[in-house]
Amino acid sequence: MTHLDDNNIMAEKGRIDWFTVIIYLIFITLGWLNIYAASFDLESRTELFSLSGRAGMQLVWMSTALVLAFILVKIDVAFYETYALVFYLLGIGLLVLTLFVAANVRGSESFLDIGPIRIQPAEFMKFLIALALAKVFNTYGFNLMERKNLLLVSGLILLPLIIVILQKETGTALVYLVFIFVLYREGLPGGILFMGFAAIVYFVLGIKYSEVQWGMFSQGEVMVIILIIIFTAGMVFSYMKRKSVSVFIFLAAGSIFLGAFVLSKFELEIDWGLTALIALSVVVLYLIYLFIRFRKRTYLYILLFTIGSFVFLESVEYAFEEILEPHQKIRIEVLLGMKEDLRGAGYHVHQSKIAIGSGGLLGKGFLSGTQTKLNYIPDQDTDFIFCTIGEEHGFVGSTAVMLLFVIFILRLLYIAERQTSVFGRVYGYGVVSIFMFHLIINVGMVIGIMPVIGIPLPFFSYGGSSLWGFTILLFILLRIDKARKRGNFR
Amino acid sequence: MSKHNLLSNRRYVIAAILVIVSLVYVVQLFNLQVLSPQFRGYADRNAQFRRTLNPARGAIYDRNGRLLVFNQPTYDVMMVTREVARQPFDTLDFINTLNISKERFLELNETMRDRRRNPGFTSFTPQVFMQRLSVEEYGLLQEKRYKFPGIYTQLRSERQYNYPNMGQLLGYVQEVDRNQMERDPYYALGDFAGRTGIERSYEEVLRGEKGVEILLRDAHGRIQGSFRDGAEDRAPVSGKDLTLSIDIDLQAYGELLMSNKVGAVVMIEPKTGEILAMVSAPTYDPSLLTGRDLGANFTMLRRNPFLPLNNRAVGGFYPPGSTFKVPLAAAFLGDGVITAETRFSCYGGFAPMGGRPGCRSHPSPLGVQLSTAVSCNSFLCFALSNMLRDRSRFPSSTEGYDKLREYLLELGFGRRLGVDLPSENPGFIPPSSFYVERHGLGWHPHNIISIALGQGEITISPLQGANAAAMVANRGYFYIPHVVREIRGGTLDRSYTTRQTSRVESQHFELLARGMADAVTIGTATGINLSYLGITVAGKTGTAENHRGDSHSLFMGFAPVEDPQVAIFVIVENATFGARNAVPVARLMLQKYLKGEISEGDKWLEEQLINRVILPPIYLRGLPAEERNLNLWTQIPRQR
Repeated sequence: MTHLDDNNIMAEKGRIDWFTVIIYLIFITLGWLNIYAASFDLESRTELFSLSGRAGMQLVWMSTALVLAFILVKIDVAFYETYALVFYLLGIGLLVLTLFVAANVRGSESFLDIGPIRIQPAEFMKFLIALALAKVFNTYGFNLMERKNLLLVSGLILLPLIIVILQKETGTALVYLVFIFVLYREGLPGGILFMGFAAIVYFVLGIKYSEVQWGMFSQGEVMVIILIIIFTAGMVFSYMKRKSVSVFIFLAAGSIFLGAFVLSKFELEIDWGLTALIALSVVVLYLIYLFIRFRKRTYLYILLFTIGSFVFLESVEYAFEEILEPHQKIRIEVLLGMKEDLRGAGYHVHQSKIAIGSGGLLGKGFLSGTQTKLNYIPDQDTDFIFCTIGEEHGFVGSTAVMLLFVIFILRLLYIAERQTSVFGRVYGYGVVSIFMFHLIINVGMVIGIMPVIGIPLPFFSYGGSSLWGFTILLFILLRIDKARKRGNFR
Repeated sequence: MSKHNLLSNRRYVIAAILVIVSLVYVVQLFNLQVLSPQFRGYADRNAQFRRTLNPARGAIYDRNGRLLVFNQPTYDVMMVTREVARQPFDTLDFINTLNISKERFLELNETMRDRRRNPGFTSFTPQVFMQRLSVEEYGLLQEKRYKFPGIYTQLRSERQYNYPNMGQLLGYVQEVDRNQMERDPYYALGDFAGRTGIERSYEEVLRGEKGVEILLRDAHGRIQGSFRDGAEDRAPVSGKDLTLSIDIDLQAYGELLMSNKVGAVVMIEPKTGEILAMVSAPTYDPSLLTGRDLGANFTMLRRNPFLPLNNRAVGGFYPPGSTFKVPLAAAFLGDGVITAETRFSCYGGFAPMGGRPGCRSHPSPLGVQLSTAVSCNSFLCFALSNMLRDRSRFPSSTEGYDKLREYLLELGFGRRLGVDLPSENPGFIPPSSFYVERHGLGWHPHNIISIALGQGEITISPLQGANAAAMVANRGYFYIPHVVREIRGGTLDRSYTTRQTSRVESQHFELLARGMADAVTIGTATGINLSYLGITVAGKTGTAENHRGDSHSLFMGFAPVEDPQVAIFVIVENATFGARNAVPVARLMLQKYLKGEISEGDKWLEEQLINRVILPPIYLRGLPAEERNLNLWTQIPRQR
């Protein structure tokens, strides 16, 4: 009895994190005003509250989202934890159902019509995956690095991902990949995260500089090979703590390049591609020698990384040239600045850059943006809503929104980290990762740094599913946070 | 525990990724928004569409306020191809309504979609499909328009003419060409500008001032409203209306009289310099050069061998013949080489050159007044010869001739008068160098004796002839002849209201006026005697020899003698003696203007003159044989 009372008192003492709630309210209000601005029709001058306009509809979504948030906060935490996997399976079921009965909305088959309401189950799947992961990690004695667990966790993430790709909603599917950050926080080796990073760098460099040929390899390939050597040396240094070995790798590779450089001064035709390959081979042979000499498996892993990197590079080149469809190729080429295609693949981003760039320091003022009002930017009130902020409120406005997002996500990170239960922490990291991914990809695409992947900017982009999805995601975390056990110094 | 802390520290890695990427984004935002000012221009170019608002062109009235030229609305058929393609469209009904063939429909459709010919084509906005529907055709289309989704009409205005007269004088408007656009940035593609006549010389008055409307255009080229609610728009200013000095009835009558003849009639009100009528024969109906058939009609007119497009009244140049004796005598009197009392004897010719040039029989010797009346050749030959040979004043003939030429230029010859019409011909009074070159430094007045008869190299325009008559009528001054009497809401060029004089004194002109009056009563121009109507006429006939066939028939005069209301100059090409054709034309024109009608006694003359065909065969030179038949070019006189 005492114990129960005690527990109750603790629960009652828990407060909702008002700091986050206030930022949330600011976000949805700003989002609403910007949707009004983006969809403002110059001829009919839609009223802010008119239900026929997008802003009016968003107001409906907002009020229902708030009701939803209130209910979510009232529900007992145990409910989420107990039924996490059931919800997950229901979600998967809904995704599969959608696959069969979906209406085709601009090429995407991810929407489900329920009466007058159209929802996108893929949006809600985000928090269901987060919940499921939290639940699984919360199992007593769970160790991620056990193969069985690794498979289970990967499966939880990849199953919905594949279904969503089948729904032709690649952008949302990519969001699920962000759960790798959760795994990272829960013990996935940093090397894997690093390899993901390395793969992106290889891809960008390899493709972007693939047009100039430096001997047997392209300019990009030579650059990537040098990078592989540097990464290898770095790995030897950080995992083996052997400075001399890394220095030797640098010296060996460096002297090969230096030698080639000196030879080139004697009017000899130098094949830089071959030079790089020789340098890489020397590094690989050296690693093999080290492995045989010291019998340390880490050398073998590093060796695998080095060789794997090279194989990855070559297959990326091949995949890009032979497997990608021409329109996908052009999209990537435009993004990497290799081609200008302002009417076709580059149109969207070009116009969006014009919108943002034309905003200047202080912007054109509320409702005065021409790029967005006149439909120069497709999806101006959904995925490209950030253009409206940039055009009408300038550098000051867009930087302010960026800053608010950074504060918001850092706050969530703080909340996630202060959870006393694994369940709460894992879920919290899921929330952080999802918001981070949306922010980075969405804003990055609008300002021309990231490829065009159609995912919304949380709380700003128009749409009921996305607003509800993010609200649920956020408020379940706040609910869990409210119920956490305090004063338990671990 | 340490393992846990190690993993807990991973939050910093995640936070660092977030912060670093966000910083990169803020730098990119700074780069786009603060360091790249060009984006503002791109956005404006995207969004602002400057639509020109065309002003209405000024109308033109005659001196009595009758509307001559105005703007008629016509309609262009516009098509939004996207809308047409989306709904069922009955093409057969459509082409029947427009009364075009299927081939024509396809051709128009292709022209509209061809971006080389129609660079602004988009499927979202109305594009010109067919131009210039008449009001009737427009009505038919409008009735059925509900059946044709995506079809619209657009109003445009076109010149219309109430009278079929004086095509050359009014001129025509046409779409500007590239040259014009380069010369004057006011013009844009598709603008209309006056090409000839009044439309051209008063272009800047008639055209008005364009307005502009700044609209917002969306990504599909659709107009979405006005920019800043029209705060930066500018309304067009309509062109100013013109009142001509032309009396359209008189003009039409003159054109009727000149049917099937080649030549010109110019009538001027001496007291003002206003041109009352300016006939250039043959002429054409100005409404031929407007609307849909402008191109075809222009070609037809240009291929007419009698050159109806030329305004002979200002652009033609003719040897003046004896009509030139009047200004010559004025010059001699002004110079003082002859006085009112000076008499020269004439026995059928100029004695110093062995009776050449010859003269008709008349009493001798005569003074300047009577020799003007009888058109004595010898009198002017003596005067010319004496002036140029006056070694007390001139070291050689050259200096004497230079002096004479000065007088003639003051009297309005050998230079452009400055009439408010384009392509005025200055005529030709040769400079002395011309004769020095031809006859050597020591040339003798006898070398150029033919100019005393208004022959030789001298040419004048009919306008200059009429102006000289006006100067005599005014006894010594004139106003620069002009066809526009008033610019409504504007002011006429001051040069048209400034009296032009010469050094020749008024009494000398009085003498010549009396001589011309005598010519009508007792001399060579009795054919124009209208004393039975109570009108005193002063006149001088001319018969100008030329290398193009028969002599030109000329007449120069004014009436009434005492208080001149009108000065006139008539030239009928290759129509022999002045008295034969030019005089009757002038007789009828004077009656028409001064009395408003033709007396019963002259009806026969009128009819005969109208039906007289004097088409100089020389114009047919160079035509294919089958077209070298004058009957082909004879037209039925157009009675109004």
